[in-house]
Amino acid sequence: MKALRNFINNVKPQFEKGGKFEKFRSTFGAFETFLFVPDTTNQNGVHVRDAVDLKRTMSVVILALIPSLLFGMYNVGYQHFHMLGQTDVTFVETFLFGFLKVLPIVIVSYVVGLGIEFITAQIRGHEVNEGFLVSGMIIPLVMPADAPLWMVAVSTAFAVIFGKEVFGGTGMNIWNPALVARAFFFFAYPSKISGDQVWIADKIDSYSGATPLALANAGDTTTYCICDCVSGFIPGSIGETSVIAIAIGAFVLLLTGVASWKTMLSVFVGGALMGLLFNQFGSEANHMAQLPWYHHLAIGGFCFGAVFMATDPVTSARTELGKYIYGFLIGAMAIIIRVLNPGYPEGMMLSILLLNTFAPLIDYCIVQANISKRKNRVKIKS
Amino acid sequence: MSDVIKLKKGLDIRLEGKAETVFAQAALPELYAIKPGDFNGLVPKMVAKVGDKVKAGSVLFHDKQHTEIKFVSPVSGEVVAVNRGERRVILEVVVKSDGRNESEDFGKSDLSALTRSAAVEKLLQSGAWPYIKQRPYNIIANPEVTPRAIFVSTFDTAPLAPDYDYIVSGQEQNFQAGLDVLNVLCPKQVYLGVSAEGASKAFSQARNVNINTFSGPHPAGCVGVQINHVAPIAIGEKVWTVGVQEVIAIGRLFAEGIHSFERIVAVTGSEAKRRGYTRTIVGASASTIAADNALTDATRLISGNVLTGRQIAADGFIGFFDSQITMIPEGNDYEFLGWALPGFGKFSASRTFFSWLTGKKLYRLDTNTHGEHRAFVVSGELDKVLPMDIYPEYLFKAIMAQDIDKMLELGICEVVEEDIALCEFVCTSKLQLQTTLRNGFNLMLKEVGE
Repeated sequence: MKALRNFINNVKPQFEKGGKFEKFRSTFGAFETFLFVPDTTNQNGVHVRDAVDLKRTMSVVILALIPSLLFGMYNVGYQHFHMLGQTDVTFVETFLFGFLKVLPIVIVSYVVGLGIEFITAQIRGHEVNEGFLVSGMIIPLVMPADAPLWMVAVSTAFAVIFGKEVFGGTGMNIWNPALVARAFFFFAYPSKISGDQVWIADKIDSYSGATPLALANAGDTTTYCICDCVSGFIPGSIGETSVIAIAIGAFVLLLTGVASWKTMLSVFVGGALMGLLFNQFGSEANHMAQLPWYHHLAIGGFCFGAVFMATDPVTSARTELGKYIYGFLIGAMAIIIRVLNPGYPEGMMLSILLLNTFAPLIDYCIVQANISKRKNRVKIKS
Repeated sequence: MSDVIKLKKGLDIRLEGKAETVFAQAALPELYAIKPGDFNGLVPKMVAKVGDKVKAGSVLFHDKQHTEIKFVSPVSGEVVAVNRGERRVILEVVVKSDGRNESEDFGKSDLSALTRSAAVEKLLQSGAWPYIKQRPYNIIANPEVTPRAIFVSTFDTAPLAPDYDYIVSGQEQNFQAGLDVLNVLCPKQVYLGVSAEGASKAFSQARNVNINTFSGPHPAGCVGVQINHVAPIAIGEKVWTVGVQEVIAIGRLFAEGIHSFERIVAVTGSEAKRRGYTRTIVGASASTIAADNALTDATRLISGNVLTGRQIAADGFIGFFDSQITMIPEGNDYEFLGWALPGFGKFSASRTFFSWLTGKKLYRLDTNTHGEHRAFVVSGELDKVLPMDIYPEYLFKAIMAQDIDKMLELGICEVVEEDIALCEFVCTSKLQLQTTLRNGFNLMLKEVGE
């Protein structure tokens, strides 16, 4: 490692102010700090600091996403061969098929997103932020396996530029960038991300290919039982299908404390309660209203959204009490959209984006309560 | 005695290098200095000149705005230097001791007959007034003001902090006398914060004060946290705070008539070879303590604790309010893929490193920042280490935005640097929150005044 360090030290002056490659300072810095934790010491204020930094936090989230990614790859292959009726395909072949389908989407998402991230960092003279490392992994996981790569690229670019950089970069954005990418994709190219035709790789026209969510919307909960939805061998976005894989990720996030258990729990509570409410009082004719509440939680993007997107600290409510309210409303709203929206069966994406928008308002009310309390203190005393 | 106020939020940083409860014999150094930088917001005006002979208690400089607030020499000897920094700001006024220990005589006082004005006058004359700090802003108290209350915390929960039970032993009477003086300054409104684990009767059975007992991790010992739980500061109120050794010095001043700057300092830290308590004098050069005491050359010498202390050179001077010296390793080296390693040996309040599995072992932490500066991303982590009814993140954002109204509303008046030092420690984004808070204070002092 010493040789590598010496090499970096040798080329570093060329990237600093006045050097030959000054234009690539942020890029160089990003790679340098990726390889080596910098040698900077605390100067003003505290003399020792916690070992954690944003790279560590973000890498934990990526680690938590790995089970969903790997299962997603396998499932893409599984769905494909299942459709073809081929039962003699080996595990490796199945995985490899999915791997080759998913990998390009991951690469496109990272190359486009990080590219824009590096350029804006350089323009602003900032360091490159780690935020996109997670977004870049989530974007492929919420895409269908057959998503055209150029559409993924355009959506990612839109999300990074208009979802994040225009607000000032990681930490300043209002909406979860990965969801902005998906929402852009959804509204710009609806035919490639909704309906029954897109969820299975290289689908042949004669095969149904509908997701359990779409089937449930039509009143069919028998094609895929709830155990299929939990294990994840169903058509859907790449990473969202397996509740088990997502649960492993959730375990990692909660164990390390990276994601807030308050948000995560409240999303499920909100979804379950709203599901129950519809079960009790919903219209008999509405199949979604009659879908059992626990079934609601297992299908579609509910689990994936609750675990990986609602808990994004930047776009979530930032006060502890606010997290309960924010999470609860996401869960409840997702089910409301599912049940009452006739056109499109899924509600998680729009629900999270909606609550992203209102999270600052929730926090405002809670902080304002603290402010009023402090003001009342004066009245009592004087 | 009241019930124990149990604080749950906070964090004990488990550092190696606690001071052993023995008095180490360190020779007294030759040089002593009073550093105006130890007093927030102070603009000093020199009175003594280089070459002047002074006694302990002779005036060196005074506050330019409040000329009655005097800063005096801690020892008898000769003023040998006035060290200045950028824009000729006075950094240190250095006195060379003549070893004779001569003190100015301020006369004994009968505490039972002491009036408030006489007490104030005596504290000002003797240079003991700067011991008293005012909240908001953590500045020297204004002698013209009567505060709502005076708070004293009798224990320190900071990393490797000295044990005041140990320090006060043998000085119980002076401590009580000091409390009696404070009681004259602010009748019946002197509050003592006592540790639930503390043993000293000087604290738990102190007279003429209101005693509150606290338990919990750091910052339970921070007086600001205690104020917040006993009687929070409202906007516009003034509260004073005094440290334990300062109370003892005030007590001694009124009982014996001399301003004694004797101070017990704990020498701590993983890099110190000899750790223990030492009797020295306020503003002493650290040379005799630091000499031949560091394990390696790459050691940082801190006057104070690792959270709020200031770095000093090996021949630098101990801060005016400090009862502790900490020696920790410098961390100016690179670590290959440090953010990706399992991290069994890394201390973190988060559980992202596996060290939380390894129990309550002690750590030898260095001064590395462990990452780069970022915007606020992770939420809720600051709240976990601030046991006060305050939203720290919103407060810091208001300060960064220089929004004075919001700063006031969100409770800037209730905190000082030491209360939020842990927030800075745990901050994933490596923000300099103590500096931010100080900038907020400076802005408010400039725009609103004291």
